[in-house]
Amino acid sequence: MISVSLQHISKTYNKGSVHAVEDASFEVNNGELFGLIGPDGAGKTSIFRILTTVLLADSGHATVGGYDVVKDYQAIRNRIGYMPGKFSLYQDLTIQENLDFFATVFGTTVEANYDLIKDIYDQIEPFKNRRAGKLSGGMKQKLALCCALIHKPEVLLLDEPTTGVDAVSRKEFWDILKKLKQQGITILVSTPYMDEANLCERIALIQKGKIMSVNTPQNIIASYPVKLFAVKSADIYRLLKDLRGNSQIESCYAFGEFLHVTVRDSSEDGATVLKEIITREGHQDFVIEVITPTIEDNFIRMMNTVADKATGITAH
Amino acid sequence: MENNAISCKDLTKKFGDFYAVNKISFDVAKGEIFGFLGANGAGKTTAMRILCGLSFPSAGQATVAGFDVYKQQESIKKNIGYMSQKFSLYENLSILENIEFFGGVYGVSRKDIKERSAKLIDDLGLQNEAKTMVGELPLGWKQKLAFSVAIFHRPEIVFLDEPTGGVDPITRRQFWDMIYEAAASGITIFVTTHYMDEAEYCNRISVMVDGRVEALDTPANLKKQFSAKTMNDVFYQLARGAKRSGE
Repeated sequence: MISVSLQHISKTYNKGSVHAVEDASFEVNNGELFGLIGPDGAGKTSIFRILTTVLLADSGHATVGGYDVVKDYQAIRNRIGYMPGKFSLYQDLTIQENLDFFATVFGTTVEANYDLIKDIYDQIEPFKNRRAGKLSGGMKQKLALCCALIHKPEVLLLDEPTTGVDAVSRKEFWDILKKLKQQGITILVSTPYMDEANLCERIALIQKGKIMSVNTPQNIIASYPVKLFAVKSADIYRLLKDLRGNSQIESCYAFGEFLHVTVRDSSEDGATVLKEIITREGHQDFVIEVITPTIEDNFIRMMNTVADKATGITAH
Repeated sequence: MENNAISCKDLTKKFGDFYAVNKISFDVAKGEIFGFLGANGAGKTTAMRILCGLSFPSAGQATVAGFDVYKQQESIKKNIGYMSQKFSLYENLSILENIEFFGGVYGVSRKDIKERSAKLIDDLGLQNEAKTMVGELPLGWKQKLAFSVAIFHRPEIVFLDEPTGGVDPITRRQFWDMIYEAAASGITIFVTTHYMDEAEYCNRISVMVDGRVEALDTPANLKKQFSAKTMNDVFYQLARGAKRSGE
């Protein structure tokens, strides 16, 4: 069963001059944890706003829970929980008042669906009389999730819930999502953090309004077309410049403590080519390893491929 | 001390009974890329405000670019650059106007502004956009431009508060190329980030937990010290025990 479906959705702003979403299509299965992965300005929020029926697409067709986003918008609004990227609860209401308010709006009570939010609510319950505007980022995020869940939605739409949140809180948040998934809720979540892609069952990579790929993280990683090397040396910044300046190197960029490098001519053994260059340039204490690419490596490669086609230049 | 761009000793900031920053001590060498990490609410922003000359400490000592954080706040402000993800440039001024404005505020001479802005626009490849409003630029360009403007007056130190949040992976790296270049030219970099791979690009890193600096070393040494494979593991081990979680 398909829970969320986008078919050739396009959306422009400023009288057609800004292409926010261009011919985007993907489907989210029932009960799936699906990630929409891309940087700011990629079009993620526009897609969320179209799916939550608060924005009309220029063209294309979308459904949520089998309902059409244009014709059946009221049915959709009752069946989804939406957490926008920008904190949008009532700052002057307390935690408890916000939660009661959202339960009432959806014609239910906090008690009726307490099971669903209990694990999350327990963590903010000690502050239930504090106004939402006075909460820390992590607590606001948990309250917003409780409010989005309180009417037991079929589909949860979370727009960048972890942006600007530290690594520990991010991990906690993903643990919560996993638990919600086990209760049968379909989750569509967006994030600019590429490492979070691995926590989703399937992902769509989006950049400049275009969906570049839809697949499982494992399949996207396996589709990387060439060998990827991780290299480092005592002077990594000089190494970066040396490799970038060499015509045998196809791409080279920083990645944590290593540089990630691909070699242009695949007929030769890349490691040998790299070793020759690095030795010739006089680098000390160097390491060369073949590695499994990450989602971020794939994203960079896809971005460069698109840029190549469009302009003939690569970002590096 | 002469070689230190920043030097703190037992620096403390109290709000009522609350120790936002609790006796932190560290030195940042000239030309170093120093990563200032910590969970939300650990006290990073408060500490940075003191070091930028925007807030007085409650106790302890600190100098920035050789100036005292109690007595020489104005001199500190003149000798540092600052950019953050949230605010950096005026959206309804053009690229050129922003450069001229910030250059002027920092007392760069008209002649220097003219020369340097021409070179800057060339280096960034923005010749055709010089008169474009900053608000119309893609986020990645904005951030690269904001960094260039932050170091336009050739400060001794530049403070970068989550400069790459939400930026695409290629632009993020181009941004770090600019940081390396600035560091190589002698500017000291003081940077916060939530991307742990970026922590690896720093010469040294400090991790704040509940107002204190709980770890400070090179990325390689920290990983060794915590038997961790990545900086993410190091951060997680340290910040997991945090009692505070603020903004």
